[in-house]
This record gives sequence, C-alpha cells and structure tokens, in this order.
Amino acid sequence: MSRQGSFGQEVPARRKDEQNTQGRKILARKILAIESSCDETAAAIVQDGRTVLSNVISTQIPIHTLYGGVVPEIASRKHTERINQVIREALAQAGTALDEMDAVAVTCGPGLVGALLVGVAEAKALCWAAKKPLVGVHHIEGHICANYIANPELEPPFLCLVVSGGHTHLVRVVDYGVYEILGKTVDDAAGEAFDKVARAIGLGYPGGPKVEEKAKEGDPEAIAFPRAKVDGNAYDFSFSGLKSAVLNYINGCRMKGIPFREADIAASFQAAVVDALVSHAMLGAETYHEEKMAIAGGVASNGAFRTAMEEACRKRGIAFFSPPPILCTDNAAMIGCAGYYDLLRGRQDDWALNAYPSLKLGEAR
Amino acid sequence: MRVLGLDSSGLVASCAVWQDGIIIGEYTTNFKKTHSTTLLPMLDALCGMLGLDFGTEEGKLDAIAVAAGPGSFTGLRIGAATAKGLGLALDLPVVPVPTVDALAYNLWGCGGLVCPLLDARRQQVYTGIYRFRNGEMLEEQAQCVCSIEEQAGILDSLCSREGADGQGVVFLGDGVPVYRSFLEANLHIPCAFAPAHQNRQRGASVAALGADYFAKGHAVEAAAFAPIYLRLSQAERELRERENAEKENPVKEN
Repeated sequence: MSRQGSFGQEVPARRKDEQNTQGRKILARKILAIESSCDETAAAIVQDGRTVLSNVISTQIPIHTLYGGVVPEIASRKHTERINQVIREALAQAGTALDEMDAVAVTCGPGLVGALLVGVAEAKALCWAAKKPLVGVHHIEGHICANYIANPELEPPFLCLVVSGGHTHLVRVVDYGVYEILGKTVDDAAGEAFDKVARAIGLGYPGGPKVEEKAKEGDPEAIAFPRAKVDGNAYDFSFSGLKSAVLNYINGCRMKGIPFREADIAASFQAAVVDALVSHAMLGAETYHEEKMAIAGGVASNGAFRTAMEEACRKRGIAFFSPPPILCTDNAAMIGCAGYYDLLRGRQDDWALNAYPSLKLGEAR
Repeated sequence: MRVLGLDSSGLVASCAVWQDGIIIGEYTTNFKKTHSTTLLPMLDALCGMLGLDFGTEEGKLDAIAVAAGPGSFTGLRIGAATAKGLGLALDLPVVPVPTVDALAYNLWGCGGLVCPLLDARRQQVYTGIYRFRNGEMLEEQAQCVCSIEEQAGILDSLCSREGADGQGVVFLGDGVPVYRSFLEANLHIPCAFAPAHQNRQRGASVAALGADYFAKGHAVEAAAFAPIYLRLSQAERELRERENAEKENPVKEN
C-alpha cells in the first residue's frame, strides 16, 4: 500500500523552469529539505524552488576540531542527537508546519555513509508518517543549485565549478537536473588540500578559512609551487602533487635550518590552487562558448578564488555567478532547491531510498 | 493503547504493533544488514496488512518503542532516526528500550537466569543478567559490555551463592554461536540455549516491554532521544587514552 500523497496544489506556471519539460505540472511549492552528509546538520524550508523561508545549520566543527578533522562516527552520532531540533527550528523560523509541506527533499549522497543514513532514515519516516512525497537529492547538485537561490535570473545552460572539501568538479549544467561532467579531481579535492596544508603549517582544522586568513599576510609569489596538469583529460584536476610540494618545501627548510614564513606558504599554495581552478574553468568556458559561469561548494567562499574567477570572467565577457558564503557551506536550502527541480522533472523516491556514499553526479538511484 | 516496536540493532530488522496487551502484527527478517532499505518498507507493509494508519484518530499510536542500544552503531541510528522521524511527524514520544532488556523479555517467565549475549566484536559481548519473579523482569546485572570470561565468572558466582538452589542460566542472542562452546566447556552451572523463535531480537518484545516502560513513565521526547552505544567512537577512545597517558607521564616542555 502506498502512503505517498499527491504533490501539492497546482498553480499557474510563472517561470520558464515551472513549465515542466515532461508535460506534467508538478509543483511542490513548499519543500522541507534535510542535509546531513558530513559535519553540518541542516534543515530548510524552500518555496517555489528559489525562495528560502528558513535555512538552519547546526555545525559540528568545534567537536571535530579536537580531532583535526571530521570523525565519521562522531558526526553520525551528533546528527542523530540534533536532527529533530534542527527540523523543528527550520519549520518554526519559516512560520510553517510539516502539514503545510508539499514534499521533503533529503541528501542521499555522496558523503559519509553513516551521516547520510541519519538524514535519509529521518526523512523517510517523516514523509511516510506525514504522507508527503520524498525525493533524494545529490549533494553536489545541491551545491550547484545554490546559485539559483542566490541569482533568481540564472537559468541553464551554464558552466559550474564545484569546489569543496570532498569534491572538485567542472560541470556543464545543460538543463535543470541535466549535468555533464567535464572534469574532476583525480586525487585530493581542493578543500582537502587546504586542510592538509593547514595541518602542515600548524593552522588546524578547518583548513580553508584558516589558510585564507593566513594568506592575507603572505606573498603569493614567494614560493613557486607547481600547477599540476593531468594527462588525458585537460579538465581534470590534481592537488596531491601540490600538497606534497608544500610538505617537501617545509621539510627541506627544516632540514637545512632555513626559516620559512607560514603566511608565504599559505599565500603561495592558495595562489597555485586558485590558478589551477580558474585556468580549468576558463578552458571549459572558451571551448564550450559558455556565456555564464558559476562557482559552488565550501571553497567557493574563499575570497581569493572568488576574486580571481570574477576577474577572469569579466575579461572574457562571461557573466559570473556565485552564492553567498552561507549557501556555499553545506546547507539544506540548496537541497530544497535541487529537490524542487528533481520533483518538477518527475523524479520521486520510495521508502527503500538508501544512502549512497559515492553517488555519481547525474546517476540514477 | 497502541505502541509500535522497532528493532534494527543487529542483523534482525523487526517492527511490531502492540495493542491493548496483544501483538496485532509483527514483521521480522534476519537476513542481511540492509535495514536502511528494508525497515520502513516493512513497516509500510505491516500497516498495510493491518489496515492501520497512524495518522488517523482510529489508528493513532501512543508511543514509539525502539531498541535503543547497544548494537551495531549504524543499525541503532537507522532505528533511532526512524523513530525520531515518526515521533516528529506524529507528535509522539519515544520509549527507549535497552536492546539487552528487550532480548531478555523474549524469555518472559523463565525459571532461572536469562543472559542475552550480543557479539560486540573486539573479544567482547553486550550482555546483562535478568530473572523473572511475580510477573516482573528483574535486573541482576544491567546491560553492559564485557568479555565472555568476565560474564561467565559473574554467572558462576551468582548461581553458586546461597539460596540459588542449583538454578541454571539460559543464553540467547547472536553472541551464542560465537561463545557457546566456550560456555559449555567453562561454566560450572547448568546452562541452556534458547530456540529459534526466541533467540534473536524481536519487534514484539520491544513493543511489549516498551508498552510496560511507557506505562511506567519511561518515555522521552522524540527530539531528545539518542541511542545508548555503551562504547565511545574509536577517535574518542584514542583521544582519552592519549590524555590519560599524558596525565601519567607529563611531557616536559623544553
């Protein structure tokens, strides 16, 4: 017996994206979204895909800082403790109730499996009991969709560079929910490299904001770190060589007794990462004659990266889009937005929805 | 009164509905650890068979009882998040039922001691010791994590003390296949092993004991419920060990 109810009321389409490509008018006007793929427990209420009524994020960063990085088991435990409060807070801040939701969207991958499972099990039980449609959302699609929230005028096609602690993807957004991956990292994600370098120069976790802060006092040209090229796909990234170069530089200085400036290392390392990211993105934009370029993911809140991307786009006459930092970090509003377009395209999940720790972008689940 | 029981603490996935002193439905599998894809479909199927809709006045629940732990960390969280999601949507409290208590309750009325054993890996078991008297389940030893040798020693001394009257112990749980030969060879007291229909977690036991605990006021707000792991995560354990080692051998600052 299916207990899933119908999608919300039908209302007249107003935007191009509300005119469903498959001819079905499916409008989940208010969506409760849940995100628990890593170390933030988050819930949001999103209206009509792009209007954020509330966006609650309960971060675990202070806990994981004790361990120098995210501990999956602890993250899973904290999600379980916090999830109901976070959902209730999101509903309360939006001045709404579960009954008024038209659907529930939840991150089902990729991410830490134990962490994802908490959100997925909670969302399924919630939907089942409240008789709401359920949709599992791809975390990276969520990051990309953060741009729709921040820029109401943005519509596909566009190119998006997704950069976070776990992902580095250059993606062509062909249409809502239709993605073509041009390139991705073959080893470390860019954010991961920030974390590792932060640890090496004693800045601690989380590395991104700490390296960025330190880099402000340093010279980005002080040390010539390598700009890695990957054999094969010109759009693929590699950051493990750069990370090793930083570690070798530090070890070399120590062995020779040469003093080094952490700020110069931070600035030079950051410049090398930004260079690699921007040059790949511009190559994609030129090859595919893209008129619009967006960035997404945790590293998209890095000021040096934003500025460099904006400048590179401006020079080439490409319109540049970026979400504000609150939508770059892991959050549920972006999941609500992505879920809205998934539902609009006729996607819906059943009670067997699972967590998929290595879910590929655009993969059926 | 109506109470839902959920158990996904081990290999078993189970759900059952207790209604005014009887189990009106139970769905149990002991097959594969795929609880994230099976537990809710099982509950959906069970309610479908029973024509039960928790969202209506006729079908409403009074509480959600869940095997609260110990057990598989992931399994416990699937049960916990399911219970919490249901609790949030239906505005119901959660009754945390200790996994070992619920397992012992399978053998309600047993004359001797009841000792559930759950394989906790790392040479340990999750266990406890219970007896039944005047229709009540009494705890001789609250659920805990220890080695099988320790537990065997405690059982031997409990049964050999004055007034024990040569009573034995019945074992059950997924720790039995692992430790049965050890127990048969080393225990000095009569022992027996529960049969197939009683020797694993059951949603019915969680629901029945949960109804009892609920009547006694042992319910919590769904938001406040968290599993009882009985163990720290590996990272926390190692951090504590390092801190303790530093306390004993303080590193001198150069």
